[in-house]
Amino acid sequence: MKPVEFTLDGRAVQGAPGETIWAVASREGIAIPHLCHQPGLEPAGNCRACVVEVAGERTLAASCCRQPAEGMVVHSDSERARKSQQLVIELLQADLPETALTRHNEVDDWAARLGVGRPRFPARPAVAPDASHPAIAVNLEACIQCTRCLRACRDEQANDVIGLAFRGAQAQIVFDQGDAMGASSCVACGECVQACPTGALSPARDAALATPDRSVESVCPYCGVGCQLTYHVKDDRILYVEGRDGPANQGRLCVKGRYGFDYARHPQRLTVPLIRREGVPKDAQAPFDPSDVHRLFREASWDEALALGGGTLKHLRDTHGPRALAGFGSAKGSNEEAYLFQKLVRLGLGSNNVDHCTRLCHASSVAALLEGIGSAAVSNPVMDVLQAEVVIVIGANPTVNHPVAATWIKNAVRQGTKLVVMDPRRGELARHATHVLPFKPGADVPLLNSMMHVIVDEGLVDQTFIAGRTEGYAALVENVRAFSPEAMAPVTGIDAATVRTVARLYARSRGSMILWGMGISQHVHGTDNARCLIALALMTGQIGRPGTGLHPLRGQNNVQGASDSGLIPMMFPDYQHVSDADARARMAAAWGVPVQRIDDRPGLTVVEVMKAILAGQVKGMYILGENPAMSDPDAQHAREALASLDMLVVQDIFLTETAALADVVLPASAFAEKTGSFTNTDRTVQMGRQALGLPGQARQDLWIVTAMAAQLGLDWSPYGATPADCRDAAARVWEEMRQVMPSIAGIPWARLVREHAVTYPCDGDDDPGQPVVFTERFPTTDGRGRFVPADIVPPDERPDADYPLVLITGRQLEHWHTGSMTRRSGVLDAIEPDPVAWLHPTELARLGVAPGGVITLASRRGQVSLYARSDEGTPQGAVFVAFCWYEAAVNKLTNPALDPVAKIPEFKYCAVRALAGGPAPAAGSFGGGQLLQAG
Amino acid sequence: MNAPVIPIVPAPAAGPSRQRRRQGLKGRQVDPAVRAELRALLGDEPLRRDRLIEYLHVLQDAQGQLGTPQLAALAERLRLSQAEVFEVASFYHHFDVVREDEQGRLPVPPRLTVRVCDGLSCELAGAQALLARLPALLGAEVRVIPAPCVGRCETAPVAVVHQHPVRHATAESVQQAVAQGQRIHEPEPYAGLAAYRAAGGYALLRDCTEGRRSADELIATLEASALRGLGGAGFPAGRKWRIVRAQPVPRLMAVNIDEGEPGTFKDRWYLERDPHRFLEGLLVAAWAVGIEAVYVYLRDEYHGGRAILQRELAALAAEPPVPGLPTIELRRGAGAYICGEESAMIESIEGKRGLPRQRPPYVAQVGLFGRPTLEHNFETLYWVRDIVERGADWFASQGRHGRKGLRSFSVSGRVREPGVKLAPAGITLRELVDEFCGGMLPGHELKAYLPGGASGGILPARLADVPLDFDTLQPHGCFIGSAAVIVLSQHDSVAAAARNLMRFFEHESCGQCTPCRNGTAKASQLLAQPRWDRELLADLGTVMRDASICGLGQAAPNPVDCVMRYFPHEVPA
Repeated sequence: MKPVEFTLDGRAVQGAPGETIWAVASREGIAIPHLCHQPGLEPAGNCRACVVEVAGERTLAASCCRQPAEGMVVHSDSERARKSQQLVIELLQADLPETALTRHNEVDDWAARLGVGRPRFPARPAVAPDASHPAIAVNLEACIQCTRCLRACRDEQANDVIGLAFRGAQAQIVFDQGDAMGASSCVACGECVQACPTGALSPARDAALATPDRSVESVCPYCGVGCQLTYHVKDDRILYVEGRDGPANQGRLCVKGRYGFDYARHPQRLTVPLIRREGVPKDAQAPFDPSDVHRLFREASWDEALALGGGTLKHLRDTHGPRALAGFGSAKGSNEEAYLFQKLVRLGLGSNNVDHCTRLCHASSVAALLEGIGSAAVSNPVMDVLQAEVVIVIGANPTVNHPVAATWIKNAVRQGTKLVVMDPRRGELARHATHVLPFKPGADVPLLNSMMHVIVDEGLVDQTFIAGRTEGYAALVENVRAFSPEAMAPVTGIDAATVRTVARLYARSRGSMILWGMGISQHVHGTDNARCLIALALMTGQIGRPGTGLHPLRGQNNVQGASDSGLIPMMFPDYQHVSDADARARMAAAWGVPVQRIDDRPGLTVVEVMKAILAGQVKGMYILGENPAMSDPDAQHAREALASLDMLVVQDIFLTETAALADVVLPASAFAEKTGSFTNTDRTVQMGRQALGLPGQARQDLWIVTAMAAQLGLDWSPYGATPADCRDAAARVWEEMRQVMPSIAGIPWARLVREHAVTYPCDGDDDPGQPVVFTERFPTTDGRGRFVPADIVPPDERPDADYPLVLITGRQLEHWHTGSMTRRSGVLDAIEPDPVAWLHPTELARLGVAPGGVITLASRRGQVSLYARSDEGTPQGAVFVAFCWYEAAVNKLTNPALDPVAKIPEFKYCAVRALAGGPAPAAGSFGGGQLLQAG
Repeated sequence: MNAPVIPIVPAPAAGPSRQRRRQGLKGRQVDPAVRAELRALLGDEPLRRDRLIEYLHVLQDAQGQLGTPQLAALAERLRLSQAEVFEVASFYHHFDVVREDEQGRLPVPPRLTVRVCDGLSCELAGAQALLARLPALLGAEVRVIPAPCVGRCETAPVAVVHQHPVRHATAESVQQAVAQGQRIHEPEPYAGLAAYRAAGGYALLRDCTEGRRSADELIATLEASALRGLGGAGFPAGRKWRIVRAQPVPRLMAVNIDEGEPGTFKDRWYLERDPHRFLEGLLVAAWAVGIEAVYVYLRDEYHGGRAILQRELAALAAEPPVPGLPTIELRRGAGAYICGEESAMIESIEGKRGLPRQRPPYVAQVGLFGRPTLEHNFETLYWVRDIVERGADWFASQGRHGRKGLRSFSVSGRVREPGVKLAPAGITLRELVDEFCGGMLPGHELKAYLPGGASGGILPARLADVPLDFDTLQPHGCFIGSAAVIVLSQHDSVAAAARNLMRFFEHESCGQCTPCRNGTAKASQLLAQPRWDRELLADLGTVMRDASICGLGQAAPNPVDCVMRYFPHEVPA
């Protein structure tokens, strides 16, 4: 289409096809008043502040909605247009309260610019405020019914909580059915607050009324989506957070990203190095209380703590050999920290005994992807769902765990994409789905094989793709022969017709994309589950194009980067296997050490380390930012293992359940206190920037690692890390990483700083990065993808008469991982203060437990008591618990049985029994809604 | 007087307790018992989002109100959020949305509702006295509420006992209707399908479908007849057919019988007498334009008309005059004048709040469900058969003072014989009253008149010789619209009339755009003051006329402007 030539305020201007008059004006530097219009939201045209005069038309036109026509003569500043613009502003201003609710009231701003004096109209009747939500204050007295909040809630986030109810002058923004916001289904993403032009919706407790000292462009510290955000800081505290226009979020955030920032200033923050008091035993059974730190530990100087921790580890290494030591890094740290930590373990501790929580998350996905297509990263970014015709989400609950990713999925559905949700539990995404397949827990392989059976049986395969780009198809065909959906229906609980429909949908579409989460990976057959998904994509050719592919949704903000950086026991950075002599030679050369210094055997994985400790093989550990005492399966067993170490050095920001079992605790830096790069689920490397100073004697993590390295005989002073500032050091580490990691070779630090985000693979400065990969070949030795057939492997521990329920673990929206950060965040803790077990109401009735009553769950390994929550989305015969509750640590119950390939434990399935009653879970010194109550 | 809508009591301000947070998911959960109750009412079949308002009617009719638990269950069935259902339910005045109390109990619905029309014609005839007297007379169990014009102005004042209209209502006649259990409107005798066919009905449709007439010929005839849209906008009907016919398929049709303009009752008048003349016009139009499905939107107040249409559509389906009729869905409004605006009506048919859309795009291009849509007023279709059968000239040649065609004037107010008057287009008010209405009521002298309902402005008696038609009244700041003529006499206050009309617009504003939402409310406040602020009212009129999204807001200042222009001595000062 041709551009449209028209006249605007006497100027000859051009409008691009589809462009509105307002957009053209904005581009031309002509300021037209606007309130309901916000770039990024669908135009609504309701405020009428942007009306312009179009020559020859009876009435004025809303420039935010109106597209110019050829030769049109438009005036935004004629007397007639201005008169209406001013009167609109005056009418709205007449109803606004005298007291400011925001520092930028757009009505007042425009009133001043248009010279609108004191409103002459009588005000509307007063509207009562709504202070029921811990994060968001609702003052509808300032509402101008512009529906920006509604569109943010509905069109952007697709949460659909906000409505515009009633009629005429009674028209009112409502939550659900006119309920108090705090009592509504609001998930507190805060998008409405960010959209509100008048402060009618604003951060609670006037958080945004103070003027920030500075604003820092950073990225969210929680999930793998990697939303960019801005920290607004005053007096070394974060006042509030706003979404930034990053490639993964385009300004959107969720409740954790927007409100979960205050944990860094929690009173329990560690600010002094600690050494265990002599004579105080490590008691793996004792309930612990981080506010009672001084009973277990004494304060120490950094020199003393480092000398004791590092020195003892060195002694253990020299006495028992390098394999007597192990290190756990963290997927919450930066790429630079992960890289330096694995380098420290490999060179300083001396073995490949380095791992992190990827083992507990997507190890099986990684194993299957490396085996099948030679790369463990996603083939397509989340945003590609907008280009897909069919999206399958399996074993994932993105509205809870990747909320901003879920918004894109929901947006895609509203654009016409068909969504298939496969999960034993029914989450919010199900409401948006075309097909929901609530299959029986653990029946992933039979379900996926039956889909493949249909695709083979009905000839829906992509023969060209199979012939040209894959191998091993014949064996797959043979394998799925017995898996007809009719035969599998009793196993999966899904009727054959539905499976056939979904299989056809997936295979035939112009673009089908699969996203999965831990429901796939955390099984003893996790690798098999992922193999099936890969086979589905390969046999139908649904990979290698935009809107197709395989996307394992990464859980942690930097689990992709930490894995890339080599924080895994069998791989050096960039997934070079430790058994590969060439790889060892390359690493040795890069690190300037003889190749013999580099261990050629894969190290122990997370769960294997615990077993090795109890077997007396591992005697010392250095743990940076991980909390295995909460996150490991059979957590009591893990705690006993940790307690039996000769030396445990824990580097963290709180006295976690793991740190409570340490000999030396090193107070580290919180996310907002340091600068580094983080790689999200889309393979996009983004800059996290320091927004706050360090409290007390807390130190930069990167500095602590170099200081520990010094204790182990390594001179890492050239990195130039200093206790309080590691920005230059991070840059130097990154530049070293680029030398050994071809994937990021094209991304210099300066470019990251400049562009905030670059996606790898990236070949050079002028390469924009490749969001979609495998377009021509797979990075396997022969360039082909491999079919790996999977047979049914039952879950390790099936329910029986004694333990009749299936326990599924996972996360809740407000709480992150083991809860050490989020349960110390005022808003998040206020919204979800107490440990809950989710059960179907029928199940609750059977157990004789009222919703909200105490229930005790027990497995063969342990038991916890917590509150029963009624949830129709949890299948009967199952119970769901998040692993964030220290007072009800559900991993005491989980089964440490491992997937044989990836060594990932079966967090998604173990047998438990439930009994009504039990001791009420005791909220200790944090959690339980204490922080906001304390003010 | 009771409030028109049971007010929603805001939920307690404090957030949910810790115990509530433990018990369940966020927000109101669906009660399984209510889920079952809904299934009993609506069946097991998948529900359609666009029929939301129909479902709300089923619930409201069955339970006398819409409880928030019921709305939650309905939302779940429709896979909508509760907000999406609540905002629709609370938009329409005929739905009584009520909230559960702390114990989860709903209030008891009123045993009976009596609506007293307080439209201008009924107010002239004593509606306020009825509203003042009835509550005490009928007792606390009967809810008495004012209602905007119910479309029976020729029998003003009117009260509606549940669905039973009491014409020329007195407190006593209403009390009697209540006591006698009169609740519904059983239609008066009318021409049914058999009678209509016996008199040559549906022969034209057969001629069309059997190839004896062509669509082009029909369109040419309509164009020659100068038939214009009789809902009020006056768009040439033939041209509309031509435009929509050129749009891509599938094309839809929406028929507007949301006759809500105060003073207008012509569509009801014809519907209650000769429904098949309208239906044949509809089917001919659908055939000529190539329409796949037709949606007929009838205002909720026309209970008798609804019964007729339900019966006659069923009769047509049972005994189709020609094969292959398009599907015709009858949709029931729910008390919203704004849904007479063509795009608001489309929104309402889609099951949403009746908010007018921004134009362009026009509904002929992007209308119902995003498809090209032929939208017609009832009466426009009503004349199709006669014009085609009798020829374009028959219609065009009628008219006076240089105007063409016929108009169905709904006349009410201070005339001797109010009613629907089929008169030549271009007739003057004086001629209309004298020749068709038996003159003024005894003791009344013409002082002013409304040529086009609430929206069309108010003209003084000295302009009673202006031809009444499309395009003739604009120079006087007025328009004819739906040709609803309300006649005022020396006993009536034009200022009071302006207040009544502005109150109506405030009540009926959809609330979407600032000039209308705030403008009608502020104007009502200003008009209630002992002294009118002329300058401020004039400014308000400017922004409403220039910047409102739709005709409601654009026309709302007309009566006030006319009072200030033609009756300056009566402006409160």
